[in-house]
Amino acid sequence: MATPITQPLTKRSQVVSQKRMTLMERIYLPAIIKGMGITLKHFFRLRKATVKYPEQLRPMSPVYRGMHVLKRDEQGRERCTACGLCAVACPAEAITMVAAERRKGEEKLYREEKYAAVYEINMLRCIFCGDCEDACPKEAIFLTDRLVPTDYTRGTFVYGKQWLVEPLDPALRVDVSKRQPKAVAEFKKDRNFAHNR
Amino acid sequence: MIAIVIFLVALLLVTLGVAAYATYAERKVAAFMQDRIGPDRAGPFGLLQPIADGVKMIMKEDFMPASANRWLFFLGPAIAMTTALLTGVVIPWGGTLDLGGTAFTLQVADPDIGILYVFAMVSIGVYGIMLGGWASNNKYALYGAIRAASQMVSYELAMGMSIVALVILTGSLSLNDIVEQQRAGLWNIVYQPLGFLLFVICAFAECNRAPFDLPECETELVGGYHTEYSSMKLGFYLFAEYVNMFISSAVISTLFFGGYDVPFLDGLGLPQNVTVVLGTVGLFLKITFFIFLFMWVRWTLPRFRYDQLMDLGWKSLIPLAILNVLLTGVGYYLKNGI
Amino acid sequence: MLTLFYLFAAISVLSALVVVAARSPVNSVIALIVCFLSIAGHYILLNAQFLAVVHIIVYTGAIMVLFLFVIMLLNLNRSSEPQKSLATRVAAVVAGGLVLLTLLAAVRQGISVEPARDFDIGTGLVRSVGRSLFNEFLLPFEVSSVLFLSAMVGAVMLGRREKNPQAA
Repeated sequence: MATPITQPLTKRSQVVSQKRMTLMERIYLPAIIKGMGITLKHFFRLRKATVKYPEQLRPMSPVYRGMHVLKRDEQGRERCTACGLCAVACPAEAITMVAAERRKGEEKLYREEKYAAVYEINMLRCIFCGDCEDACPKEAIFLTDRLVPTDYTRGTFVYGKQWLVEPLDPALRVDVSKRQPKAVAEFKKDRNFAHNR
Repeated sequence: MIAIVIFLVALLLVTLGVAAYATYAERKVAAFMQDRIGPDRAGPFGLLQPIADGVKMIMKEDFMPASANRWLFFLGPAIAMTTALLTGVVIPWGGTLDLGGTAFTLQVADPDIGILYVFAMVSIGVYGIMLGGWASNNKYALYGAIRAASQMVSYELAMGMSIVALVILTGSLSLNDIVEQQRAGLWNIVYQPLGFLLFVICAFAECNRAPFDLPECETELVGGYHTEYSSMKLGFYLFAEYVNMFISSAVISTLFFGGYDVPFLDGLGLPQNVTVVLGTVGLFLKITFFIFLFMWVRWTLPRFRYDQLMDLGWKSLIPLAILNVLLTGVGYYLKNGI
Repeated sequence: MLTLFYLFAAISVLSALVVVAARSPVNSVIALIVCFLSIAGHYILLNAQFLAVVHIIVYTGAIMVLFLFVIMLLNLNRSSEPQKSLATRVAAVVAGGLVLLTLLAAVRQGISVEPARDFDIGTGLVRSVGRSLFNEFLLPFEVSSVLFLSAMVGAVMLGRREKNPQAA
């Protein structure tokens, strides 16, 4: 039988020794004083690890996955067509929707002939994985770097369309260009994958 | 008489104030040792934090378990707090002031048996923890209570033994006599280094401070004896710990570090009252150092396991303490005869 | 001073009665602790500070803690209380009454209480207690420490684990 090759994963790992301790080690006091020296060194260290939160923010990833947004297109029409792929993709089953048919005169509101009359995300179930975003064929749902605010009751965490759909005002639109880089957008415009025209 | 009453009230207020700021200091020391900042929101540098904590404690819901023993549940924190506060009266906080002709000593009472009085109060203090833990009718609280009782009884022995050696040297149980002797000669730490070490270790155990905080260890017993306590009753338990810490720091400084003695102060030729006040300031500096030592050790060492605790107490500290008594006795005999 | 004496006396008698009468053993123990503390108060009234403090340390602080410890571990409650038959109860009451009668008679006959005119207020201080313990009563003092030692050895022997359970 070959001896297994043991190889430490890090340089810090040490082999645990079970040998009997010497008298010096059993008194403990030298070790205690050494430990107290270490804590004292930290006591006088000026560099602190604390981030003073409300005044000082930690750097956030540009592709942070926070609260969702339902995008509108350039003319302000909702992109979502209530296909349900996001709900299927969702591992936490946080998304529900009710589809409806676009009536005459509603072309200014909805981009496709079918739209989501109800679109709800349960933020307590959501794990912010971003699978809905990947699944969406219409570039309608995105995760943003906005945080879901806290609240006192569970019911308020079921977010309907009034919370999710971005505002009509072009100045208040949610910018998702970071999560949708140019290359991706171009790729999706390709004829062979052109479900998004 | 009136002076004594005023002094008593002042002592109470100072004790409570120091204990309150010890909670703040504990949080700051812990933070600094862990490279954090600590409380800094309430007032400048967070200096109002103890007040904020106190208000929070009082405003919390006062919950009592349905199956708890009502009045024992009440009695527990009361005993813990009372005994902690009672100890301060025998400690000499300073020399004799000259108040317009009448001499006033900064010590409430100087009984013949000062040290023993401190021990008596400490030994009654166990009841606060035991009764509170038992009355909660909760298994974790009961475990905490039982651990507290056995730990305190075990370490009281070694503590008493370490004091016996000191008393052989001083020939008096009065705390004021002990301080005056140290003012005349060297501090007792010079003669009793081993005794000091034993006393400090036992003081840590008697205060239930880390690494001897088994009665309340969060990781094993939820909260130990105060698992079921809330609101100001919990506050009393937590606060009593800091009062105990303050008092034991004062006792350690008095017994081994000359109490209110500040070296070379008497030779400066200052007025008597100034000397006395400076001596008291010196005592408080020593106390501050020992409170810091308590915290320093807490944030350095991990907790003992229960059998290690008992082994240390019975198999190391008590034999060492007896050895110390023997050595001191032999040394005293060789130097002075009987 | 006299009012303090009456106060302490009342507390000791009342708490001693509670020790006997209390249903819960924990309450009994607490009443006993109160009783001991009030007796320590009596000692202090006699200026016997050393006795008072040693009384608190030894009885209140150590022995009663162990009592409480054992009671908490045993978890005594109503159902595990031993139920005595009527005959035993009557016998107990009669026997106790007889003892009380004897004691009362003895007190009435034998003990005359005299005012302590030549009471030395230094009797209970450390110095005098130590002097008498190590001069007049040196032999009984040392003999009693040997007695304690033998009790400790006995407890250790009883508490020791058998090396080999089969051999026992």
